[in-house]
Amino acid sequence: MIQVEHLTKHYGPKVAIDDVSFSVEKGEVLAFLGPNGAGKTTTMRILTASLPATSGTARVAGYDCFDHPREVKRAIGYLPEVPPLYTEMTVTEYLTFVGRIKGMDAERLSGALDRTLEQLSLGEVRERLIANLSHGFKQRVGLAQALIHDPPVLILDEPTVGLDPKQIIEIRQLIKALAGSRTIILSTHILPEATAVAQRVVIIHEGRIVAEDSQDQLSARLRRSEKVRVTLKHPPPDARERLQALPGVLSVHSEGPITFLVEAELGQDLRDDLARFAVRNDWGLLELKLVTMTLEDVFLRLTKEEDTPTHPSPLEGEGKGEGDAPEAQPS
Amino acid sequence: MSPVGAIVRKEIRSYFVSPIAYVVAAVFLLLIGLLSFLAAVTASNRSLQMLRGQGNLPDLNLNDIVFRPVFYNMAVVLLLVVPILTMRLFAEEKKLKTMELLMTSPVTVTDIVVGKFFAAFAVFAGMLVLTAVGPLALAPFAPFRWEPILTAYLGVLLMGGLFLSAGLLASGLTENQIIAVILSFGGLLLFWLFGWAGQVFADSAFGKVLTYLSPLEHFEHLVKGLVTTSDLVYFMAGIVFTLFLAHRVIESQRWR
Repeated sequence: MIQVEHLTKHYGPKVAIDDVSFSVEKGEVLAFLGPNGAGKTTTMRILTASLPATSGTARVAGYDCFDHPREVKRAIGYLPEVPPLYTEMTVTEYLTFVGRIKGMDAERLSGALDRTLEQLSLGEVRERLIANLSHGFKQRVGLAQALIHDPPVLILDEPTVGLDPKQIIEIRQLIKALAGSRTIILSTHILPEATAVAQRVVIIHEGRIVAEDSQDQLSARLRRSEKVRVTLKHPPPDARERLQALPGVLSVHSEGPITFLVEAELGQDLRDDLARFAVRNDWGLLELKLVTMTLEDVFLRLTKEEDTPTHPSPLEGEGKGEGDAPEAQPS
Repeated sequence: MSPVGAIVRKEIRSYFVSPIAYVVAAVFLLLIGLLSFLAAVTASNRSLQMLRGQGNLPDLNLNDIVFRPVFYNMAVVLLLVVPILTMRLFAEEKKLKTMELLMTSPVTVTDIVVGKFFAAFAVFAGMLVLTAVGPLALAPFAPFRWEPILTAYLGVLLMGGLFLSAGLLASGLTENQIIAVILSFGGLLLFWLFGWAGQVFADSAFGKVLTYLSPLEHFEHLVKGLVTTSDLVYFMAGIVFTLFLAHRVIESQRWR
């Protein structure tokens, strides 16, 4: 559905994106992950055929973005970072205008209007001025604008930015509901968002793609050892040394007076051994947890490796984001 | 409805939901009304004086002594109000980031520029129609010829169209509406003064070029009732060329 090949964009001397290539299949949800200024918006604007690339090609729904902008624009729904709302219009007036400039005739438009209002639960505010709507509703009107002409491709630039957690979950559920029949690209710098809605993640950093895969694959690929966090009720003073002496253990780090991080070789699960050992010694085993890499770790690892290639830290890859990121993982 | 039609409708609507159209129309009509009244009173005083002096009712040409000054003054008032009418057309869209919606929709930059121009032109033409109250009110009391009045209206329409296209161009250059006003006002005044400069250098080819570039002389012909192809071509070409420049400006912003 979307093919991007060797896309490069320069703004004067500044390189915004550099040799970016990826593709998205029909019905797939792809998250574009990167810090602010990584080139996410630039890539998206090129895909919407509103910004010409310096070199490389981008094709959407079989049409080249530079040669056939009209066809491309008809095939996409685009929600920019700031929703493009005419705040002096009511929701219905606004969506009617958008439908018209998308080339819809009156008959198709009236059906689409009801469907879109229903889909985004905007029925109750349909006659209200956009200026008077809450931020969450405005964002939904922005999404409605991208959906009104029922495009096969949706491009959403930071769709949840500035929303409260409840609204974030709502918008994510909406995006999930929209997936399936549509191809969706969304950009975000919020890491859990990518996992929450997308099947595949493209990580972009300083204009280059540093990784592209599913989240599981990414973390598996970057994991170098298995880590288990052990919390003990009353460990002896030499607990660290005794854990270290267990077979298969590579290293042990104290994370606090009663918490230890045990590192083992890749593919070796130490939990069983650790549990027996702790119980046998009557250390009062409180918690035993396999530490997995979150997307945040993957991301930091990838971008950090770029900057400082040889700087291994004993804790790298350890679940740094764990626990402190319960924020918005929707159930 | 075509995309251009949708843009025209949206723009006209937004003129009337904001106070701009009402304020501009009110100020414009107030000034034109006052100017028409003063011109009519001056003319009636002059005819009374001549009646006393000569003893008979003089043969005064109302077209010359009432309407012509009103139309000249109308042009000056337009110089002030048209930039206000056009200032938000592109500047606001850029500021509020709604330009992105237009640029990612299957409409061309030409559709956008033409749509916005026609919307502003429609509002302006509507204001102009209301000034016809002046001649209509005078018609029962004094004889005058309608033809020069109609050609003068044609002149005001064309000159207004030219001013509007210049205002649209200025609005396309910035996202600040005040800067758009200053740019269009300054630009229009500059071309206006070309007429004066043309008289200063009247003997040289340079002076002739300046005179031709200024809308003043072309407008004067139409107000006097003289319709020539050259003047019509000047205005039409000026409007099309300025809109073309606006198109290039908007198109070039797409690349940045």
